[in-house]
Amino acid sequence: MSEAVLHDDHHDHKPTGIGRWLFSTNHKDIGTMYLVFALIMFFVGGAMSMVIRAELFQPGLQYVDPQFYNSMVTVHALVMIFGALMPAGVGLANWMIPIMIGAPDMALPRMNNMSFWILPFAFTLLLSTFFMQGGAPAGGWTMYPPLVLQLGDGFPYLVFAVHFLGISSIMGAINIIATVFNMRAPGMTFMRLPLFVWTWIITAFLLIAAMPVLAGGVTMLLTDKYFGTAFFDAAGGGDPVMFQHIFWFFGHPEVYILVLPSFGVISQIIPTFSRKPLFGYTSMVYATASIAFLSFFVWAHHMFTVGMPLAGELFFMYATMSIAVPTGVKIFNWMATMWRGSMTFETPMLFAIGVLFMFSIGGFSGLMMGITPVDFQYHDTYFIVAHFHYVIVPGIIFGIIGGIYFWLPKWTGNMYDEKLGKLHFWLSTISVNVLFFPMHFIGLAGMPRRIPDYSVQFADWNNIISIGGFAFGLSQLLLVWVVIKCVRGGEKATDQVWEGAHGLEWTLSSPPPFHSFTTPPKVTDATAHS
Amino acid sequence: MSDSNDTYFIPEPSRWPIVGTIALFVAFIGGGMVLNGYINNGQYVLGIGVAAIIYLFYGWFKDVIDESIAGKYNEQVDISFRWGMAWFIFSEVMFFAAFFGALFYTRVLSIPWLGLEENVSNQFLWPDFQAVWPLLTTPDMTIAGVESKYMAIKEVIPAWGLPAWNTAILLASGATVTFAHWALKKGNRAALCWWLAATVLLGFIFVYLQATEYGHAYHELDLTMKSGVYGSTFFMLTGFHGFHVTMGATMLAVILIRSMKGHFSDHNHFAFEAVAWYWHFVDVVWLGLFVFVYWI
Ligand code: HEM
Ligand SMILES: [Cu+2]
Repeated sequence: MSEAVLHDDHHDHKPTGIGRWLFSTNHKDIGTMYLVFALIMFFVGGAMSMVIRAELFQPGLQYVDPQFYNSMVTVHALVMIFGALMPAGVGLANWMIPIMIGAPDMALPRMNNMSFWILPFAFTLLLSTFFMQGGAPAGGWTMYPPLVLQLGDGFPYLVFAVHFLGISSIMGAINIIATVFNMRAPGMTFMRLPLFVWTWIITAFLLIAAMPVLAGGVTMLLTDKYFGTAFFDAAGGGDPVMFQHIFWFFGHPEVYILVLPSFGVISQIIPTFSRKPLFGYTSMVYATASIAFLSFFVWAHHMFTVGMPLAGELFFMYATMSIAVPTGVKIFNWMATMWRGSMTFETPMLFAIGVLFMFSIGGFSGLMMGITPVDFQYHDTYFIVAHFHYVIVPGIIFGIIGGIYFWLPKWTGNMYDEKLGKLHFWLSTISVNVLFFPMHFIGLAGMPRRIPDYSVQFADWNNIISIGGFAFGLSQLLLVWVVIKCVRGGEKATDQVWEGAHGLEWTLSSPPPFHSFTTPPKVTDATAHS
Repeated sequence: MSDSNDTYFIPEPSRWPIVGTIALFVAFIGGGMVLNGYINNGQYVLGIGVAAIIYLFYGWFKDVIDESIAGKYNEQVDISFRWGMAWFIFSEVMFFAAFFGALFYTRVLSIPWLGLEENVSNQFLWPDFQAVWPLLTTPDMTIAGVESKYMAIKEVIPAWGLPAWNTAILLASGATVTFAHWALKKGNRAALCWWLAATVLLGFIFVYLQATEYGHAYHELDLTMKSGVYGSTFFMLTGFHGFHVTMGATMLAVILIRSMKGHFSDHNHFAFEAVAWYWHFVDVVWLGLFVFVYWI
């Protein structure tokens, strides 16, 4: 019998000092580190977007030179995707999956630690490129050659940072799969798993299948630049478009890697505050799985204008459209869950409903861009910027923030300040729409993305967009304040926290003991909450 | 032992993960320095990083082996390791898939496109380009008076010479590792060790033959990384494969040492199986290489 187990039979034994965090093998501590790291990166990436919006406030060049502007656009995306969204999702998974399935911890705790600690080091590599000769990556987060190969000394560090982050993601994903498949409490059958757990297993499979392909792609970039290979050089028999295929084979599944955890969170929140079980649990599971499966066959909708054979354009158009079906199933189920529920609108529920509405806006514009002939107009304009920011900001970030409000009382043992939470929601919702909705208009009118200057007819909307942007950025400071306030004290939370909450995580004390479920609980239909 | 059967082993806080992270970090910094031309300092940083990575593997696995021998792992922990290894191998499969994808894409799509007469690149840039595979002459070599960035290949390596021998060697090693497994299950340690030793030997012979083949390609055939897309796909695929064989053979050697020390029993030998799975995976990748890189 291990010492750790012996110890917590007697008292809740916590390691202390910096070692608690550096050497941690505890899923809650690691989850906390993931979440804090994600929040920091959210503000680092956010600061970069503020530079972008300041520059675009007026036509002409004001504050930064075009090269630096392009670095801002590129690194903003990389930081947000790999530094904020993915770690936030993994952080929630770390905290919640073991206590949702009745496991003592993650299956492979040491590897769990490494997947977290890689992140700050990987971002040190990436951000250090700002201080190198040639500056930070500026060719877009999609890293298309030949443009990206013109980067200076920062180039190898861009590639290595991607490798490093890939290692972290793959280890995290393997851990989640091993945990869910092997560590469920007796009676916690697959069809009794909370939907958040389901969306995370599916995400984990996506990660394992997609991240190595990206690693391979950037490795080929590296050898093209330094070892004379010709993968992406037509003069040597290669093809620059091939990189786009490889990148998007990763890239499209990646967008579902980002969004599925958010879907999982709102699938927990909506039933809780509707005081009804989730409508169509089984169809939810199958819909999520089919979205994930289909996501591997739609990648070239990012490349409609690149010059593909007609058969390819058509195939990828129809495949893209078909994803709307399982997505529709999910949206329908969430709405049906609320139908005739006795609903209340605490902050997590507000954010979840926000996801429902505003993700759908992004989904619809996605559908529009999925139609090959019309995408020729939308491609590389602000329309696509509007699309993916709708799915990402109110679709994913709102989901994650909803999850934070939802579980914060469980994590800290204190209720957060409901008034401030609601204020945060309304400020964010209003500003996010001021920020992103007008991008549809200027996009359709032809304003290209990734350019620091624009022609004067776009000036008014850009003004408004920038104001929305600053307002959104400032509103997020409120989140930090609510979290700090909640950690420091507040009304004590009960174990169940929310009246309508069901599931193992709500049977534990708030906050849960350092080691929970050292002996597995028994799960029956009555205690499972699907 | 009986106790550990109902509690899952959660390791105490460990320093290995952070050591590993820093080791990789240092190696990446060094690698970047070397690539950027700061070779003299870079190679030391890279060397320190790689040494630290080796130290990490040694230290981390030593902890795991000690825990295993102390009987801390119950059946359930064993299954976690199995899930972990299986999906790790799958991620490796997807890594190779990127390079196989590049090979198929160039062979089936982009090179034929470059050769199409109605194609603009053909009309305006390289009208004399011939779309053939193996691609000995890259498009930019077809213009008289312009020096190509790439090196024309004299000849490629035929499948039915050394590569066929290497196929036989790897397939044989797949068989010997299975015989070793059978011996282990029967509790016959001597046979286990001999079959394992044979497998390790075959693995290193493969690597040696691959290295001589590379020498031949570079010195006599002008088949190099710089030989256009044929050389690129050839060396990327065979290079990463060769690296994986080296890793696999090294792991097998460790397993051999552990077998000689009697670490494994007929029902408790996950480490052996994990390495054997890995070995079969390298084997299968090679079959793909043999067929699509060398043969057809
Ligand atoms: C699930 C959440 C989604 C996320 C996170 C997401 C994210 C993105 C991102 C980041 C891009 C831009 C990539 C770039 O060029 O930098 C993009 C483009 C695109 N998305 Fe989405 N998307 C989502 C859902 C959808 C849906 C549901 C559809 C269609 C049914 C869709 C169709 C498209 C198309 C066609 C493009 C390419 C537009 C173009 O380049 O012209 N997306 N998406
Ligand atoms: Cu896509």
